[in-house]
Amino acid sequence: MTSLFEYAPAPESRSIVSIAPSYGLFIDGEFVDGTGESFKTVNPATEEVLSEVSAASEADVDRAVRAARKAFEKTWGPMRPADRGKYLFRIARLLQERAREFAVLESLDNGKPIRESRDVDVPLAAAHFFYYAGWADKLDHVGLGTRPRPLGVAGQVIPWNFPLLMLAWKVAPALAAGNTVVLKPAETTPLSALLFAEVCRQADLPAGVVNIVTGAGDTGRAVVEHGDVDKVAFTGSTEVGRSIARAVAGTAKKLTLELGGKAANIVFDDAPIDQAVEGIVQGIFFNQGHVCCAGSRLLVQESIHDEVIASLQRRIGTLRVGDPLDKNTDIGAINSAEQLARIRELSDIGEAEGANRWQPACELPDRGFWFPPTVFTDVSPAHRIARDEVFGPVLSVLTFRTPDEAVAKANNTTYGLSAGIWSEKGSRILQIANQLRAGVVWANTFNKFDPTSPFGGYKQSGYGREGGRHGLAAYLKGADQ
Amino acid sequence: MTHVLDPDALPGATPAVHAPLPPYDDVTRSDSAFRAFLHGLPGVDQVGAEARVAQLGTRSIKTTSKAWAIDTAISMVDLTTLEGADTPGKVRSLAAKAKQPDPSDPTTPQVAAVCVYGDLAGVAREALVGTGIHVAAVATAFPSGRASRAVKIADVRDAVENGADEIDMVIDRGAFLTGRYLDVYEEIVAVKEACGEAHLKVILETGELKTLDNVRRASWIAMLAGGDFIKTSTGKVTPAATLPVSLVMLEAVRDFRIATGRQVGFKPAGGIKTTKDAVKHLVLINETVGPDWLDPDWFRFGASSLLNDLLLQRQKLRTGHYSGPDYVTVD
Repeated sequence: MTSLFEYAPAPESRSIVSIAPSYGLFIDGEFVDGTGESFKTVNPATEEVLSEVSAASEADVDRAVRAARKAFEKTWGPMRPADRGKYLFRIARLLQERAREFAVLESLDNGKPIRESRDVDVPLAAAHFFYYAGWADKLDHVGLGTRPRPLGVAGQVIPWNFPLLMLAWKVAPALAAGNTVVLKPAETTPLSALLFAEVCRQADLPAGVVNIVTGAGDTGRAVVEHGDVDKVAFTGSTEVGRSIARAVAGTAKKLTLELGGKAANIVFDDAPIDQAVEGIVQGIFFNQGHVCCAGSRLLVQESIHDEVIASLQRRIGTLRVGDPLDKNTDIGAINSAEQLARIRELSDIGEAEGANRWQPACELPDRGFWFPPTVFTDVSPAHRIARDEVFGPVLSVLTFRTPDEAVAKANNTTYGLSAGIWSEKGSRILQIANQLRAGVVWANTFNKFDPTSPFGGYKQSGYGREGGRHGLAAYLKGADQ
Repeated sequence: MTHVLDPDALPGATPAVHAPLPPYDDVTRSDSAFRAFLHGLPGVDQVGAEARVAQLGTRSIKTTSKAWAIDTAISMVDLTTLEGADTPGKVRSLAAKAKQPDPSDPTTPQVAAVCVYGDLAGVAREALVGTGIHVAAVATAFPSGRASRAVKIADVRDAVENGADEIDMVIDRGAFLTGRYLDVYEEIVAVKEACGEAHLKVILETGELKTLDNVRRASWIAMLAGGDFIKTSTGKVTPAATLPVSLVMLEAVRDFRIATGRQVGFKPAGGIKTTKDAVKHLVLINETVGPDWLDPDWFRFGASSLLNDLLLQRQKLRTGHYSGPDYVTVD
């Protein structure tokens, strides 16, 4: 669309962050070389290689777990809870102080727009540390009786969609509860976790409390299957989650899984339409749709279907796709070639199955991994794009006639992570929310997060909760355990 | 009021003098029909509206786009003085500023209009002959609107006779808030008729309507009644033009054009004091209703101090450094 009012490029400067040509692992408070084969991490917006990163072998992971065990027994475990809180507050403040650096690095390595890394990922990551720092000396009030005890060493494996934020979700409650951690960031987005390691050193966090082992699936498996890990926390695909559950079965390890989703975003005919359209956009195009709780299934009441779709298409036409570092970009790059291929494949299947694909006219950069915002109408519940998680900027639109039908269709999924309800009628919102089998239900908003609010799924979306008081319980055991 | 099952069955309903454009030509057939229509408009979620404008507020407008935005904003200003102490001298000095906002730079565009009280419209008209700058006059017992309809109509006729080619009227907020929507509508229709050729801007005084749902309903009343522009505020009530209010009014003019084919202009007024505020509004237009409204025929800023800030920012872009308040004229 040509416009009278073209926004001149407004790129955030990348000079604030210095990326080393290569990185090792962070074990026992030191950066050390890994013994596995190193791998490259690229900027998905340009395919430029950003750095080379060590892959941790089984032996490296063992070293990390031993360091974490030692820290748990010698320093972090015995430490006064209030002092643990001080370290966490310090980390939170450092994240704020270095917020721009983290935001730029996150956008470079992940492809997400700087507006989101700056306004969502980094502030929320800091907020999680602040929140759990406050809990560190108040664990008697978590609800597990007096003096709940930490579990020990937590092995944590996180995804590439919110690299720093998922790290915060995992590390902050674990440390606040008195555990030590071995964390594996995703293969395609290791850099912000390594910058976080630097923050741990800056905060004088005792050696071994946080260990970061980079690598791919093998490294993750080594973390999860290590015999001296007491707790496994995983966020990622349902497929990998299943294999982790199998690996952990029969051991004493505690497990939380935060897996995929296919959330219904339900728009009733009495909804505030303009805000609902914003919420639909926010629900599916936030972070290029790489969101496990994305509102990927729009359930719209049939009587307002045409009006909502027309309004939605007009709004999508104003989305700005392109350079993630440009402050005016709304949709950045797809994180990897592999993910792009999956999005393409599922979209093609959607078309082949008879759904109607709509994409706005938008120019995509020549290099890098890109996929335009996409809406499928005439989708039936039997179509794969109505059932499978696409994990990309692809919305499937279905219709319903009555509230009962909306609930039935919303719950007709193997997942159950999140859902949205749009209505101006408060009583309806409460009634519907009570019937939805989803861990998070948003009313007249979508994709809003807060450290005080527990997050987690039903069914194949996993089990256990992160965030809030509930998130602490996943890293503690009561007197009877 | 009495609720009836069939609005058409309401006894003694008087048909409105002026029927709105299709497909809305029957919505003003009775009080209850009009009420049902206005309350059937989609609601506005305040939190969502605020979130949307906050997000648009992060747009980074730099270099060439900033230069374009500043010049465009200047050309959209309704340069306003609405004081009890206004004199012909004050109005003439404002008119001079309207013609040549920045004496140090003749490439500066002139503003869209000068906005004054009706009795001074003649002075403004005389001072602006041949410039293409419009003369806007506030009327209808501005700013409160608390006068009989006959007085309001006389006020409008007087302003038009004095040379105003744009009339900024206020709606009857008392009638609106008591639910007498048809009264509000009929009064706008009557004022529009009294305007003759003059363009009619309808001031909703959103600071007194309070809710965004009310803002949307009042916008529709004004558009259905034939208003050429809808305008947020008189500038005499706080809050005046806020971004969420502007968003809702822009959505209204957008939806109205989609439904009827008629384009209605929009004028936020009051409280827009800085270039940053103005640019945020231009971004809001650009991404809510699109470039069709990025034109002084369809969008105005009702402002007085805004112009000098735009001029200072313009000088900064041209010279590379900030000057100070003595480098723009005081009027």
